[in-house]
Amino acid sequence: MLREQLELLNNIQAVEFTALELNLYLDTHPTDQRAIMDYNASLQEWQRLREIYVQRYGPLLPTDIVEGASWKWIEEPWPWEIDY
Amino acid sequence: MWIYEKKLQYPAKVGKANLKMAKYLITQYGGPDGELSAALRYLNQRYSMPTNVTKGILTDIGTEELAHLEIIATLVYKLVKDASVAELKAAGLGSHYADHDRALFYVDAEGNPWTAAYIQAKGDPVADLIEDLAAEKKAEATYQWLIDLTDDPDLKDTLNYLRVREIVHFQRFGEALDLVQEHQAAKKIF
Repeated sequence: MLREQLELLNNIQAVEFTALELNLYLDTHPTDQRAIMDYNASLQEWQRLREIYVQRYGPLLPTDIVEGASWKWIEEPWPWEIDY
Repeated sequence: MWIYEKKLQYPAKVGKANLKMAKYLITQYGGPDGELSAALRYLNQRYSMPTNVTKGILTDIGTEELAHLEIIATLVYKLVKDASVAELKAAGLGSHYADHDRALFYVDAEGNPWTAAYIQAKGDPVADLIEDLAAEKKAEATYQWLIDLTDDPDLKDTLNYLRVREIVHFQRFGEALDLVQEHQAAKKIF
């Protein structure tokens, strides 16, 4: 995997981690307005990075729309095959 | 339902870790305090929970544990994939090789298969959440013992990430328990 691709993947992992932390926090603090705002902001950044990744390297979800003649979803590398 | 996302939650790095670590790490895959136990316990307890907070937190933490299961699987996969039979035997994985070759399987560090007897659903939300709190503490301790068993900085980093997640889950389950008890007390008053 290219260094650029790995960096972008790491950035997506970092943003998704932020979103997950806020998600779990909001489960037990559902009226915290600031956390809801932070959660929404993290999801916007997540969407932005995901779109770049999917366009360049292929789908992260089976529902990601990718142009091309062949089915990209099954292409390598699978997550356990990547040298992080 | 669930949708698979084709990425790990956190980079799973093994560096130059000893093959023997695969035998120890597998316990967080299929051992009593491992990620399979955690995921199945939480996702199964959801159905008898009385509040939206507990339904939500068990769904989301249960789902996160599946992501951790995949990280552990990746660590073990990377450690054993290029090992020779002689190396597997020397690392104490000869019996695993006999039963599974280099395939992953849900076993503890001694090779005992995963069993539903590791987990419980009592139907009493307080009892279940206290079990979940204990489960998180035991998983945190297991990660610490695994960190103690290796000198590899990359593996330590990944295991420490997983250890700290258990601390966060413990915190969230504690908050959910307080809210359930408040909910039960309110029902008795009114």
